This record gives sequence, C-alpha cells and structure tokens, in this order.
Amino acid sequence: MNYEAVIGLEVHAELLTKTKIFCSCTTEFGGEPNTHVCPVCLGLPGTLPVLNKKVVEYAVKAGLALNCEISKFSKMDRKNYFYPDLPKAYQISQYDLPLCKNGYVEIETSDGVKKKIGLTRIHIEEDAGKLMHENIDGSLVDYNRTGVPLIEIVSEPDMRTPEEAYLYLTKLKSVLEYSEVSDCKMQEGSLRVDTNVSVRPVGSNEFGTKIELKNLNSFKAVQRALEYEIKRQIKLIENREKIVQETRRWNEQKGVTESMRSKEEAHDYRYFPEPDLVPIIVSDEWKEEIRKSLPEMPEYKKERFVSQYGIPEYDASVITSSKPLADFFEKCALEYSSAKIISNWIMGEMMRLLKETGKEIDEVPIKPHQMASLLNLIDNGTITGSIAKTVFEDMFMTGKNPEEIVEEKGLKQLSNEDELREIAIKVIKDNPKSVEDYKNGKDKAIGFLVGQMMKATKGKANPQLANKLLKEELSK
Amino acid sequence: MELHELKIHELHDLLKNKEVSAVDVTKAYLERIKEVEPQVDALISITEEYALKKAEEADKMIQDGNINDLTGIPVIIKDNMCTENIRTTCASKMLEDFVPPYNATVVENLSNLGAVMVGKANLDEFAMGSSTENSAFKTTKNPWDLSRVPGGSSGGSAASVAADECAFSLGSDTGGSIRQPASLCGVVGMKPTYGLVSRYGLVAFASSLDQIGPLTKDVTDCAIVLNAIAGHDPKDSTSVDKMRKKDYKEFLKDDIKGIRIGYSKEFFGEGLDDGVRESIESSLKIFESLGAEVKEISLPYLDYALAAYYIVSSAEASSNLARYDGIRYGHVATNYEDLIDMYMVSRSEGFGKEVKRRIMLGTYALSSGYYDAYYNKALKVRTLIKKDYEKAFEDVDVIVGPTSPTTAFKIGERVEDPLAMYLADVYTVPVNIAGLPGLSLPCGLSNDLPVGLQIVGRHFDEGVVLNAAYAFEKACNFNAKPSFKGGAR
Ligand SMILES: [Zn+2]
Repeated sequence: MNYEAVIGLEVHAELLTKTKIFCSCTTEFGGEPNTHVCPVCLGLPGTLPVLNKKVVEYAVKAGLALNCEISKFSKMDRKNYFYPDLPKAYQISQYDLPLCKNGYVEIETSDGVKKKIGLTRIHIEEDAGKLMHENIDGSLVDYNRTGVPLIEIVSEPDMRTPEEAYLYLTKLKSVLEYSEVSDCKMQEGSLRVDTNVSVRPVGSNEFGTKIELKNLNSFKAVQRALEYEIKRQIKLIENREKIVQETRRWNEQKGVTESMRSKEEAHDYRYFPEPDLVPIIVSDEWKEEIRKSLPEMPEYKKERFVSQYGIPEYDASVITSSKPLADFFEKCALEYSSAKIISNWIMGEMMRLLKETGKEIDEVPIKPHQMASLLNLIDNGTITGSIAKTVFEDMFMTGKNPEEIVEEKGLKQLSNEDELREIAIKVIKDNPKSVEDYKNGKDKAIGFLVGQMMKATKGKANPQLANKLLKEELSK
Repeated sequence: MELHELKIHELHDLLKNKEVSAVDVTKAYLERIKEVEPQVDALISITEEYALKKAEEADKMIQDGNINDLTGIPVIIKDNMCTENIRTTCASKMLEDFVPPYNATVVENLSNLGAVMVGKANLDEFAMGSSTENSAFKTTKNPWDLSRVPGGSSGGSAASVAADECAFSLGSDTGGSIRQPASLCGVVGMKPTYGLVSRYGLVAFASSLDQIGPLTKDVTDCAIVLNAIAGHDPKDSTSVDKMRKKDYKEFLKDDIKGIRIGYSKEFFGEGLDDGVRESIESSLKIFESLGAEVKEISLPYLDYALAAYYIVSSAEASSNLARYDGIRYGHVATNYEDLIDMYMVSRSEGFGKEVKRRIMLGTYALSSGYYDAYYNKALKVRTLIKKDYEKAFEDVDVIVGPTSPTTAFKIGERVEDPLAMYLADVYTVPVNIAGLPGLSLPCGLSNDLPVGLQIVGRHFDEGVVLNAAYAFEKACNFNAKPSFKGGAR
C-alpha cells in the first residue's frame, strides 16, 4: 500500500520590537540572567500588563505579508498552567479571537509544482523564561526572556512531504525577515518549530493518529525528523501496531525520534478572557498604514528583477532569497549599467566570501558605488578581471575604495607595449616546449604562454595585448 | 475635640492656618493607634517611622506654600495595596514577608500630595470575605461593639476610620468590600466606577471587578480623596483616559431638587432586617422632603447577581492567585518531594480556607466541560444585569437602597456557614458586576448599630452620587459615634 503524510507546523517567532510585550524592559538577547526584568514581567503581586502597540503592529504586518485576514476586533486570553518559567502561572495569549486568520504561503517543489500551504491563524503572546539545570544542585530560572513578544503561526495540515515542510519553513522565514518583524535566528530561539505529523493510505480522507515533534533546532532537523517519523509510523501500521498519540523529541545525534510524554497528561489550560487588558481594535486606517509600510515580498521582487534588470530567473531567485542582498543588488544597479555583471559578482565572489567568513551581508562594508567603481576599473582597462577579484576581497574586508587599493598595491594593468614585448620574448625563450607545440599547430599552447606572462607580471598584463605580442614574436 | 476626631477638611484648615503641624497631627494619630489598636485590631502594620518622615516632608510642603487638601493628613491603606519597601501581606501567610519594590499608583498619588500613611489595614485574606475574620493574622473588631465584625473585606480600613486611627483610609471593593464594612462601621465608603481609579499595585482578587476607593468620616472627605485617586494611569490599561479630570468637591451641594431617585422593590425582599428596612424607608422620605422625585424601579435580574458574581470572581481569583507557588517570593514549603509537590504543599500551607474554597470553585468553573455551563453563563447574566441598570437609569439619576441586609453581626456567627456570609454582599455585588459607582453612608441606627444607605449612579457619574449623598448627609444629620472610646475598658 502507498502512504502519505499529513503535516502541520506551529512556528513561534520572536518579534523584533525593542521592548517587551507588556512592559518597557529590553528584548535584547543575552545579558546576565534576570537583568532584563521588572515587576511587571516578573508578574509580581499587583502589577498589570500594558500591551505594547508595536507588538500589534508587527503582528499585523506579518499577517499582511502572509496573506491573512486581519481581525478588526480581537482580545487577549489567559492560558493557565503551572511551570517555574512562567511567572504569573498563566501565559497571556490569544484563544478564540486571534489577530490574523486564513492566510497562506506559496511554495514551489523541486519538480516545479506550486502549492499553497494554508495558515489557520497567527496570534500574539508572551514568551516564558528559561530553566537551567546544568552544573547545579537544583534548578535556576532566568526571566530575561519572559514577556518577549511572540507570534505563533499555525499552518493547516496541508503538507504531504518533509520537503514541503522544509520549503514552507524557508519561505515563511524569508517573508518574516523581509517584513522585518523577526530576525528568525533559530540558534537564539527567536524562531521555534513544532510539527504534527500523521500517516494515512493515499486516497484516504481520514487523519491518522497525530504525533507532535519537538526539539527541532534547524529546518534540516525538521525535514530529517519528519522523514524518520513517517517511516516509523508506516512501519507500525504495516506491523498492525497501534500508534499512540504523543509528543516525541528529535534526537539529532542518534537521528531518531523519542517519546517525551503521552498526550493523556494534556493540560486543561482553562482559557478565559484577560481582564487586565482591553480588546484590540485594528481600524482599517491603521491596517492600511501598516500595509503601506510593508516592503516588496520576495516573489514580486524576483519577478520584477527579471523584467526590470533582464537577469536570468535563477539569478533573481538567488539574489532575492535575502532582502539585504537584494537591496545591495538594486543599489549597485543604480550605479552601474550591466545588471548581469553585478549579479555574477554577487553570486560568485560575494556569496563565496560570505560563506567563508560567516558574515551577514549587512556586515560587509562595501558600498554600492564602490562596487560600481570596481566594475568600471575593469571596463576601462585599469585592472584585469583576475586582479579585480583580489581588489574585491580587500574591499570586502576593509571597505576601502577600489582605486585606493589598486594604487596602494600597484595593481594597474600593464599596457606598455615595449615592456610587455620584452617579457613576451623572455617567456618564449624560457618555454621552448610550448613554443614547439604552438608551431606544430597546437593553438592552445598560446594560452599557457599568456598565463606565464600573467605570472611574470603578477596578473597585471593586459591579456589581449599579451596575446597579440606573443603571436607577433612567435611569427618572427 | 481631639485631633484624631477631626475630618480631613477640618484638619486641613488647622494645618493651613499653621495652628498645628503635620508632625503634631501624625503623633496624635500614632498615639491614638497605640491606645485603641489592642482592642480594635484594625492594623497589620503600623508605619510609625515612615509616617514621621512623611509628616516632616508634609510640613516642609506647607512651609513652601505647597499645601493641598491631603497634605499632612494621616491615612491607612488596606494591606492589599503595594507599598514600596513596606511589607504588603494581603492578610495571608502566603505573603507574610512580601516587601514590594514599588508603590501602588493610588499610594504614589497620596504620597505625592503629602498624605501621611500611618499604617496598613487588616482585611479578609486576599480580600475574600465579608467580616475580616478570614485574615491569617487577626480578627478586626467593630468599634461600635467589639463583639461584632466590622464587615469585610476592608474591615480593617473601615474600623480604623470609625475608631479614629486615621482621618481616612483606602479600601478595595470587589463585591462590596468597601461599602459593606462602611455600612457596618458607620462611615462613608465609596466604590468608584470601574476604570476611574488605577488598579496598578492592588494585589488582584478579581480583576474585572476590583476597584479601589475611599473610606471617610463624611461625604466631603470622600470627594476630597476621590479627587486624589481618580484619573488615568498608563500602567493600567483598564483605567479610563477619556474622562476629563473633575473636581468632585464641586458636587457637594445640598440642593437636589428635581433629582430622580429610584428604589427597587427587589431590595426589600427576604433577609432584610426590620431595623435596616425602617432606616432605609425613612431615608427615602428624607430624599422626598428635599424635593427629589422618588420612584420605584425594577431590577429583575438582581436575583442572579450573587451566583454570577461568585463564578466570575472565583474564576479570576483562581488565575490571579496561581502565581503564589513558592517559586519566587512568599511562603515556600520546606518538605516536598518534587516540583508538583512543592507547589501543592506551599499552597496548602500558605492559603486559608476561604481562599482555597474560591480557588477550587473558580478552577472548576473554568475547566473544560464546565466553562459553558458556568463561566460563560455567568458572563451572560452579567450582561443582563448591566442592561437592567441601563434601563433603570433611563428613568432615574441614582438608585438608593440598603448597603447591607443586616447591621454588624457577631464574630464567629457566620464562620461555619459561607453561604450566609455571602449574603452580606447581596446589595453591593450587582454594582460591581455592572461596574457602576456606589457609595454607602450612615443613615440611622438599629439597635445602636449603624445602618448604611447605598447610592448608586451611572458610569462615571460620581458627581451626582456625591451630590445626593451630601444633601442627604446634611438633612439626616447622623452624628452618632461609636460608644467605644478606646483606652482601658
Ligand atoms: Zn519588564
């Protein structure tokens, strides 16, 4: 029998507001434990929450970017449960009236099939603190993270393969980054993913028993955990064993999912409307204002880059995968006429150096006009293409102007005929084997000789001139 | 007259004319507290050192010509309002050693005006109760008869005013906790409209019902204190900011000709003491004699108010009190096995009987499967009661009636019967449910115990309530004082 998986994802993203959701404490990551706290976020007796307007704005922005309906009227609710990392013993969240509903994310699978993944809802809530159990007798709690604003994005169970889940997450992350509502750093916990997966025979409309997967630290881990879990569930079904509804954790080292707790212990959260906060009203005017502040989303940007700059679709999708990269490209294109050459440099040298150094594009000091200057230096023959790569690397590290680097390091192209002719004569003398090859009709040998001239001039020789002079001398 | 017998406005005149200093006044009250406190037991903390420091500051303000109505006036704060660096216990073992690092907004307001806090008042634990017998520390006595309760939960606040331990006090009112003890102790107590006074720093019992208000010796003082505590607070989102700040003293006029006063026949049903009934009926006659138009109205859903109140308030309380888990502050168990056990033992040891009863009730009402049957239904009743009042206020400007169905009852009399105790708030609870302003003032004696008259107004119509109360106070001329004089007895 053939089986298919039914996958739904719950993603928690930390919003990039400067202050917490109900007080004015900083949301900055790190800091000594319990230094980013006040009586309000610690839930001390008598304190009251006051909703940060920016949180609503950011959540609406995310909702609009993810094609959601924005609720004109929504409210906050209390989700009650005891845990030491939750100071008030309830989390202020949204229950039956979330801020955003009915959105979607469009993905494109490797076979080129486009698919819409539905979003049930996006709601706002506060984060809890962090428990630490290591190297101590007992446990410690750090409340720096309590009250950091989160959005929870709940998908429909629309994904059928781990690949789709991976693509969904990648797309979701890029939209959140584009709209600048979250930095989506998984290593800092600003993006957290839980997934639900069940398996059923292809063609069936019923859902199988749902397993929740936690402890997923990267998108790759989500994909791998799902792959493992789907196989495990199919095997159980084929062996006529029962699948127990439970929460399982992904063990990255062993590459397996492990049982965490059974769903029977599920909490009764006793949700009820938060009496300390007034309802959230999003007027049409406010919504439109937020919509106007939304930047262009990746898919539109990609299409526009293809039509406006005439670069290939592949280039456009690579460049628009990150907003800062796309911004850099566009600014360069304002300063330099050939967009394709810019995209070659970005996809080649820029991406290579980013990968090697582990830097983010916004940490690179190169200014668009400096990039244009560099390309102009190649065009007007001041430097060779290969020297330009050296110059670029220097610019990448130091942010210096290319002219300055060329001047300082004496990298100007050699175009002096007399000087080059002397070098050509010397190269011919030193490489009799290649000369013989050339004379025997092996045209390729000339390339080697040009290379030797480059080596002798440390890459500065004008390649066309070198070629011409070599041929002249060889024909003598 | 002794200093401690004076009203705020009388003390103010003396202070303004420099006939006494704030330090003199404070010392006189601290003396009085020492004298009567052993019998009344109204206070959990006496803040002597702090008070003397504040009094000096107040004298400095007065010297600088900076005097306002409350500068140098001694006040007692119910011990469920946070006071910076001063222990705030909620009369619970759970918070016995809790010292907040912040002031409640009302405390901050009073402090800025130069009022002098001399102590913190006893209450029913976490403000749950109608007799102040549920305090984990002591039972406050009614100054009119020391064998009787002062009412609750602001029993300490009311008794401290009646026993002249302060010029005024602050209480909190969730279902009648200011008005009912005011009635039983023969003082003026007001629960303002929900949202008029900031709740920041008030340790929450039921957030959607709680409201802070004054307990004073007369209506004028009530207006003075309301002026000091009313107003928008950015720290409390439910405090209203669209209200223009009013001077409530402007409503203290004895002319109420043409004011329409409603009373509901539902007020005069079963359980109402005859003595109380007589006082209320003669109060209606006083209003008529003043030229007010007195008419009968109907509040048909009133019967369901108490039930709805106990569901909603207990539900919110179960959630508000969940934070007392022994993890960060307050009482923590010493013997436990694991985390869950630590929560359970800490809470079992830290909370009293009544608090536990309400946590259980509230948890049950919110739990899945029962939510719709209880909590949701209670919310619907709440809407009906609000509509009742809205309809009534189309025809009348204020609604008057008894504050409490009985005068002060004996200590211990209702301890074993929580339902009988809950009936003490039957007239006050609907006002909280609808979020309306309500004031209780003495209107007579029944068997030598004070009877309270409740005046309820439209939302944010405190002015009209004060106007009616002021005119009534003048006409009624209630000037009995507790037989209790303090000192050896
Ligand atoms: Zn904070």
